[in-house]
Amino acid sequence: MLKAVILIGGPQKGTRFRPLSFEVPKPLFPVAGVPMIQHHIEACAQVPGMQEILLIGFYQPDEPLTRFLEAAQQEFNLPVRYLQEFAPLGTGGGLYHFRDQILAGGPEAFFVLNADVCSDFPLSAMLAAHRHQPHPFLLLGTTANRTQSLNYGCIVENPQTHEVLHYVEKPSTFVSDIINCGIYLFSPEALKPLRDVFQRNQQNGQLEDSSGLWRGAGTIRLEQDVFAALAGQGQIYVHLNDGIWSQIKSAGSALYASRLYLGQYQLTHPERLAKHSPGGPRIRGNVYIHPTAKVAPSAVLGPNVSIGEGVTVGEGVRLRESIVLHGATLQEHTCVLHSIVGWGSMVGRWSRVEGTPNDPNPNDPRAHMDSESLFKDGKLLPAITILGCRVRIPAEVLILNSIVLPHKELSRSFTNQIIL
Amino acid sequence: MVQFHRHHGQEGSILVTRVEEPSKYGVVVCEADTGRIHRFVEKPQVFVSNKINAGMYILSPAVLRRIQLRPTSIEKEVFPVMAEEGQLYAMELQGFWMDIGQPKDFLTGMCLFLQSLRQKQPEQLCSGPGIVGNVLVDPSARIGQNCSIGPNVSLGPGVVVEDGVCIRRCTVLRDAHIRSHSWLESCIVGWRCRVGQWVRMENVTVLGEDVIVNDELYLNGPACCPTSPLATRCRSLGSSCERPAEPRVGQGTLAWASQARTRCVSGSWTGWKQLDTCFCGHKPGGVLVGTPSPPPQEGRAGC
Repeated sequence: MLKAVILIGGPQKGTRFRPLSFEVPKPLFPVAGVPMIQHHIEACAQVPGMQEILLIGFYQPDEPLTRFLEAAQQEFNLPVRYLQEFAPLGTGGGLYHFRDQILAGGPEAFFVLNADVCSDFPLSAMLAAHRHQPHPFLLLGTTANRTQSLNYGCIVENPQTHEVLHYVEKPSTFVSDIINCGIYLFSPEALKPLRDVFQRNQQNGQLEDSSGLWRGAGTIRLEQDVFAALAGQGQIYVHLNDGIWSQIKSAGSALYASRLYLGQYQLTHPERLAKHSPGGPRIRGNVYIHPTAKVAPSAVLGPNVSIGEGVTVGEGVRLRESIVLHGATLQEHTCVLHSIVGWGSMVGRWSRVEGTPNDPNPNDPRAHMDSESLFKDGKLLPAITILGCRVRIPAEVLILNSIVLPHKELSRSFTNQIIL
Repeated sequence: MVQFHRHHGQEGSILVTRVEEPSKYGVVVCEADTGRIHRFVEKPQVFVSNKINAGMYILSPAVLRRIQLRPTSIEKEVFPVMAEEGQLYAMELQGFWMDIGQPKDFLTGMCLFLQSLRQKQPEQLCSGPGIVGNVLVDPSARIGQNCSIGPNVSLGPGVVVEDGVCIRRCTVLRDAHIRSHSWLESCIVGWRCRVGQWVRMENVTVLGEDVIVNDELYLNGPACCPTSPLATRCRSLGSSCERPAEPRVGQGTLAWASQARTRCVSGSWTGWKQLDTCFCGHKPGGVLVGTPSPPPQEGRAGC
């Protein structure tokens, strides 16, 4: 039997996702129409022998989270439980802390998934590789180009045996073009090295990592403390995958991930993609429309559009490469491109809400999103426009490359601003 | 004006008007009661008077003898001499006046004209659902449904405006076609242009003759040469064309250096890059947006 653990982090993590993370925890943000971790849970539920899914993080178990858990349990017919860490314990500390829960029932192996990745989740392939030759740690890897690999965990592998010979997290010089996807398959033996790290940290007393920050007792960083330390000792192996993969760190990457998942829906969930019907809006490309949304027939949607619950899209609206979150209203003749319109927001007639995409180079199959910073030389870099929760945009204005914080009512056009 | 000229009987009368910023024009210093001009100063550096040459003259044939057979500027060479001899008189214009050499001023002038039309011949202006304020629509123009046209809009012959278009403070010239759901403010759309759907144009955007603007673009103040499809250029510029800082280069020509962002191969922004300009005859109204192109023939209309 198998289990899966999804690491969902907590409010201190995912700060680059603000202001969207003010409303819901980042792991529940809808990507391609469903919460981010629902894609993970769906993939896990399809692996035969999956018995339980555990979420580990340090969010307080509030309304959205508990409702999500209940809905997930019902839909997938699997126990889905949330284990809350008493303090942020790093990417590995929670695994060690809740080891009894994870190992209860004697699973053959358990998947560990980071919540903020978008992937096609080749879990069955990983399981087959593991069963072929069991090792404590199996990492999922993908390829990146040389410059971008510096932003991720780099894996040097033995091409024949696929053993991880060396692992470095975010190096400053090129090490390898194979990067760590944040999706792992561990066997129960993997907890022994975690225990060693934990006990060693306890003995060392006050801990300081390379950035000089004090870390609490019990924190274990999987990447630095375990993978980097154990590389080359025959314990860690990598499984390469060339399907879709992206990190979801910022709103721009959420939009890109949405596009990747919507493309996947052609194969996995074609019923989620909207089709053009007489009397309905014109659909171009991959579009998700929630059944309760009201879209006028003269609107033109797509490609890569997700429309949430209860959204109203007026006559003659153009939506492209955007996510409209639930309860929002787009009045007549508006044009929304490369933007995220927050919950309950309202965009007035003839207004234009536009962002600038920072997508990876489409000509390079190994390109990924750049690690995006908001500013460069003091100027706001052009990026996706984000309207926070309950923002009101008046008629006939332009909002370009801006971030509008929640509950703001604008009165004029803005370009390249963060509007508090 | 003819009456005034005959009354004083001297060689020249010019119409003057009062402006707020006289240093851009030829300034006239004259006597208040008779209108006799004492001095005629072209573009003064310091404030001399707030009355300027409105560009309309009545001249006796005797003035022709003052002009020598070579390129001559009447304002700079002839009028100052006539003023000294007491032969030049000024009459103040009562109505509205605008120098409409620049597109921005052209639009302001259009607003003044429409306002005066409202007072003198209001039946010429258009009214109806979707029409706001002073709007002049040629009888052969067609406007779609759910539009909002005006205030201060003039639509020329053969203009087609599709459904759901909002136009404010614009001049749309003959046979232009504005497609649905677009929003235009303070623009001049040239003859036979085709503006796509969901386009936003503002801030004195000028389209010359036969320009195609692709769907869903945003134009913020560029000026565009005839027959240059703005489509591909703006697309490659990220659909955002910004107004530049200096509108004038050289005497009598107007060139707009358009600035746009380009993206390096490595994916980082290179910052604002100045694209080359091309010059467009003598007519102000600028040019360009995008890659350099050879200067068009002299006197070619439409820019």
